[in-house]
Amino acid sequence: MTQTEFLHIVMPFKDKVFRLAKRLLVSREEAEDATQEVLLKLWKNKTKMQEYKNVEAFSMTMTKNFCLDKLKSKQAQNLKLVHSNYQDNNTSLQKQLEFSDSVDWVAKIMEDLPEQQKLVVQLRDIEQYDFDEIGKMLDMNNTAVRVALSRARKTIREKLTKTHNYGVR
Amino acid sequence: MVLDNIEELLEKYDNGETSLIEEQQLKNYFKQETVAPHLEMYKPMFAYFSVSQEEQFTKDVPLKTNKNNLYKWISVAAVAVLMLGFYFKSPLTSAEDLGTYDDPEMAYLEVKKSLEMISTQFNKGASSINYLAEVDNTTSLIFKK
Repeated sequence: MTQTEFLHIVMPFKDKVFRLAKRLLVSREEAEDATQEVLLKLWKNKTKMQEYKNVEAFSMTMTKNFCLDKLKSKQAQNLKLVHSNYQDNNTSLQKQLEFSDSVDWVAKIMEDLPEQQKLVVQLRDIEQYDFDEIGKMLDMNNTAVRVALSRARKTIREKLTKTHNYGVR
Repeated sequence: MVLDNIEELLEKYDNGETSLIEEQQLKNYFKQETVAPHLEMYKPMFAYFSVSQEEQFTKDVPLKTNKNNLYKWISVAAVAVLMLGFYFKSPLTSAEDLGTYDDPEMAYLEVKKSLEMISTQFNKGASSINYLAEVDNTTSLIFKK
């Protein structure tokens, strides 16, 4: 397999790998390193790549495992918290400020979720995989995925409702 | 879109029962400038999902081809072979065994033996030119002093 062929396969989902890594590791630099690592691992095993039924799902599982390992290792003690700048196209400045603030809130709420739920929300609501694929990636059955997802969504909603109503009611 | 429909979808959404298409509908609904006030808190959630969907990996991945590595190692091996060749070849030509003797007595005898050999051979060679003396005899007959 040549480099271009490899890139052709990997390009479509490298951003997804990166976002998943970032969801788990929070810091951008860490996520970049993790993505690089995962892609290099794929490249090293490129001869086996044809055997995998679904390279994308395989890489996502790999990313998940890699990031969880990373979190467990001592290195994770030095995690940096970096927040990206969120963009939106709201009109009034007041509303814009309020809005980006609450979008930030969602990010913060998601950071507090258990890893399992973080993964499920990331894969479903952001990357829009279907339940079968998520189940395969995370090695869970369909119902477990749904339950985790439902719990995560409810937590996010409740916390958002709380911050939304703060000082109002 | 009818509000009832959205509320129904949200209910399903919270239970994790919506399909991807239905979720897209919800996302589209919450993209609007104004949503129903009691659903306002969902807005940042869906906005966040859409925003984080666009984040991209920009770092380069250094992919090395194995071919180059192979050539590199072959050249390293060639240099190593050359060096070894030089290293093992030099002592053979400058033969360490010079035929020296540790015992002076022995050395003396050996030298004596070889010098004797040289002298006998030399005498043998010299005896073969004895007849040249005849030339002297004849010339002395001619040129009498």
